[in-house]
Amino acid sequence: MNPPGLRRLAVSVLLSVLCGLICASSSAAEGTASAAPRSGYSYLSEETRRLQDDEFANPGMLWVQKGEELWRQSTGQAAQSCQSCHGQARDSMRTVATRYPTYSPTLGRVINLEQQINRCRITRLKESALAYESEDLLALTAFISHQAKGLPVDVGVDGPAAASFARGRAFFYQRRGQLNLACANCHERYVGFRLHGETISQGQVNGFPIYRELWQTMGSTHRMFVWCNEAVRAEPYPLGSQEYVDLELFERWRARGLPIETPAVRR
Amino acid sequence: MPNSRIKVPESAAAGESIEIRAMIMHPMENGFNFDSQGTTIPVHIITDFVCTYDGAEIVRVQLQPGLSANPYFSFYLTATRSGAVDFKWTDQDGTVTTNSAQLQVT
Repeated sequence: MNPPGLRRLAVSVLLSVLCGLICASSSAAEGTASAAPRSGYSYLSEETRRLQDDEFANPGMLWVQKGEELWRQSTGQAAQSCQSCHGQARDSMRTVATRYPTYSPTLGRVINLEQQINRCRITRLKESALAYESEDLLALTAFISHQAKGLPVDVGVDGPAAASFARGRAFFYQRRGQLNLACANCHERYVGFRLHGETISQGQVNGFPIYRELWQTMGSTHRMFVWCNEAVRAEPYPLGSQEYVDLELFERWRARGLPIETPAVRR
Repeated sequence: MPNSRIKVPESAAAGESIEIRAMIMHPMENGFNFDSQGTTIPVHIITDFVCTYDGAEIVRVQLQPGLSANPYFSFYLTATRSGAVDFKWTDQDGTVTTNSAQLQVT
């Protein structure tokens, strides 16, 4: 059997086991709604933690390095670069990743960092938008988020962002897909339980974009949402859709206080 | 040209053993994967990695499809004289990626 086929089989087996687990309705010790946020880092093996901590060997640093080049590179009709307006990312982008997604008064909705980068490209650089999940957009997002490494996640969910936040929360608790599972079923109720060889994490997003070993490449929060939705056999939303931006806002709020780890390495 | 990262100490004492690290951004497609339409994704790999120190070859690696993406190499060299440490990756279609650093031996 080919590897993707094997992977699909493995996922099916994992999910059947999970269903059994949830139907059994045991009394869970860990994983209540009030549990303190815990980074995915703490669920990793010693080897994977070492890989993330190594500033050179962490494969995500390839994207960070590429993002730094793109930051300086003049492009578009305006012949400007990110740096022309923002200067040194080390200073100007230091806290940016901690507060995105955020409400945009001009657009009248909550947008995430990827969408802000594309807005800058269109309005300031007079350049076309980068495709969601393209190598360049991931590189720029990773580079900007990397500037906030170590700072606590701190998104605003009041005022104009409140409606978006409420939709994100509803998404998190909504059962979906053929397996009829909500995000909360695994990542809140059964945190710390075993799903075959793996421990179920809280599903925190403080390290995104992440280098995921399964994908052998970098991925955004939205790619992860698509993956999770497909895993419960639900129809995923498009990358960059408002549903996922709302969910991302809720997820960032869940991760409040956790240090930004971009580029994190995950299983 | 794919993105590459290298790490060579700026200076070393003569006779000292120093760690060299090199990594390149590459999917290393093994030919066993399918896209969303069920079509086989053809093999796409780096086939050769060579490191030279002051013109002399010190490491040569032949890569095979079984390697994971973004191949990373770490090895030691004994610093004897000041010179360039050059890195060269060759793709299966002949695309060459190079990177270089200067090592000062005191």
